[in-house]
Amino acid sequence: MMIHFDRVTKEYDEDTLALDDVTFGVKPGEFVSIVGHSGAGKTTLLRLVLAEIVPTSGNVFVDKVVLHELPRKELTKMRQRIGAVFQDFKLIPNLTVAENVAFAMEAAGQTDEEIAEDVPHVLELVDLTRKANNFPHELSGGEKQRVAIARAIVNQPDVLIADEPTGNLDPINTYDIVQILRRVNELGTTVILTTHNKGVIDSLGKRVITMEGGRIVRDDPHGRMAM
Amino acid sequence: MMWIQAKRVFKAAITGFWRNGVVSLSAVLMVSLTLFVIGSVILSTALLQSSLEEVKRKVDVNVYFSPIALEEEVTVVREQLAAMPEVSEVEYVSREQALEEFKVQHAENPDVMRALEELGENPLGAALNVKAKEPQQYAAVAEYLAANYPEGGSIIEEVNYNENKTAIERLVEMIAAGKALGGAIAIIYVLISIVIVFNTIRLTIYISRDEISVMRLVGASPNYVRGPFVVVGAVYGAVAAVITLLTLLPLTYWLGPFTYRFFASTSVFDYYISNIFSIGGILLFAGILTGAISSALATRKYLK
Repeated sequence: MMIHFDRVTKEYDEDTLALDDVTFGVKPGEFVSIVGHSGAGKTTLLRLVLAEIVPTSGNVFVDKVVLHELPRKELTKMRQRIGAVFQDFKLIPNLTVAENVAFAMEAAGQTDEEIAEDVPHVLELVDLTRKANNFPHELSGGEKQRVAIARAIVNQPDVLIADEPTGNLDPINTYDIVQILRRVNELGTTVILTTHNKGVIDSLGKRVITMEGGRIVRDDPHGRMAM
Repeated sequence: MMWIQAKRVFKAAITGFWRNGVVSLSAVLMVSLTLFVIGSVILSTALLQSSLEEVKRKVDVNVYFSPIALEEEVTVVREQLAAMPEVSEVEYVSREQALEEFKVQHAENPDVMRALEELGENPLGAALNVKAKEPQQYAAVAEYLAANYPEGGSIIEEVNYNENKTAIERLVEMIAAGKALGGAIAIIYVLISIVIVFNTIRLTIYISRDEISVMRLVGASPNYVRGPFVVVGAVYGAVAAVITLLTLLPLTYWLGPFTYRFFASTSVFDYYISNIFSIGGILLFAGILTGAISSALATRKYLK
C-alpha cells in the first residue's frame, strides 16, 4: 500500500493549525518514524491515514485513491488493511487477550477456522500464548501493547500505524515492542511509528521525519533523532 | 456469511451481558421498574374499567304499567323495547311478582300489610326493567316511550327515567371523565417509562463509548458494532419483563382481596392470572422493543 500526502492542511478550529501544507510519501515495506514535540502534528497525521478525520485542504492518497472520498463501506474495508497501535493500547476491557485479537478477524469476516488457526500463531509471535485467556486489566503495560500489536497485525495489514506505542512503557518493554515492530516490518508490512523516544529512533536506523508546528522540517533516510 | 455474523453478534451480546454484570444488573432493574409501572397501569385500567362496567350494569329504567293493562299489551311494549338497538335487556315483572316483591319489602311494616289486606285485590301493575347498552342511551328509550305511550294517558303509569335522569347523566359524565383521566395517566406513565428506559440504555452505551470507537478502529463495520448492543438492549427488556411478571404475581395475590372489596367484585389477582399471557406479551414486546430501539439510537451517536 502506497501512502501519499499532497499539500495536506488540517485545522481543528480557526486558531489551531495542526498540519500546515504537508507533502510526503511512504512506499510499501518502509519503516518510517515520525518525531517531534507534543503538538507538532504527529497524531493528526496518523489520524488522517486512519481516516478518522478529514483534511481541511489537500488530499491523502492511498494507492492513488483519495482516502476521505471513499464511501463508508470501502472505508471500512480500507481500515482492515491498516493496523493501528496506540499509546493507551485501546483494548476492549471485557474481552480476553485471545478474544481481543479474534475480534479484529471476526470484524473482517474471517471464518472460525481461520480465527482458530491464526490467533494462537500471532499470540506466539508477541510471546503471549500463556496469557491468552487473561483480561486486559490482568496484564502489564508491555503485555497490553503486545496484545494491541497482535490484534493490529492478525489480519495481515499492508500498513501498521503505531502512535507512541512505547509512551507508557519502561525501557525493557520499550525494547521488546520495538523488536516486534521491526519483525513485523521485516515480514513485509509498512510501519509508521511516532515517538518521543530518542533511544528508539537511534536503535532503528530507519527513515525519520521530523515535525515542528505542523510542518515537516526534516526527512532523513537513515535518521537519528535531532531535537 | 450472514449466519456467521449473526452468530457472532449474539455471542458477543451474551458475553457482554454477563461480563458487564453490574451495568447489566442496574439496566435490568431500571427497565424492570418502568415495565412494572406499565404493568400496574394495565392492571389499574382494567380495574377501573370493570368497576365502571359494574356500576353501569346497576343502572336501569323501570316502566310501570297500570294495573288494568293487559298482559298482551305489556308483551307488545316489551317486544318493541327489546327490538330497539339501544336496549340490551328487558326484564318482565308480572303483577303477581310485583306484589310478592312488595310484600317482601314491606313485611316488617304492619300498617302497609294491613292496608294491602283491606284492599283485597292486587293494586300493582306489571313492570318492565329496561337496561340500555350504554347509560347515555336511556334518554332514547324514555323518548320512545313518551312518544308512543304518554304517561298516565294509556297503559303506562310511569317511567322513572325523569327521576333518575340527573343521576344517569352524572354517571355518564363520570364514566367519560374516568376513562379520559385513566387514559391520560396511562399515556403519561408509558411515555415517562420509555424516556427512562432510553436514558438508562444511553448511559450503558455511554460507558462503552471507547469500546465502540476501538471496534470501529479495528475495522468493524457500524452494523457489526451496533448489533451486540441492540441485542443486549433487547435482552435487558426481556429479562426485565420476566422479572416484572414474577413480581406482579405475589403483589396482585396480596392485593386481590382488597380490590375484590373495593372494585365491585373484581380481584386483581384473578384478572392478572386469567390475562397473564396477554400482559406478559405486552411487557415482553414493550421491553424488547424499547430496549433494542434505544440501543440502536444511542449507539448511532458513537458510530458517526
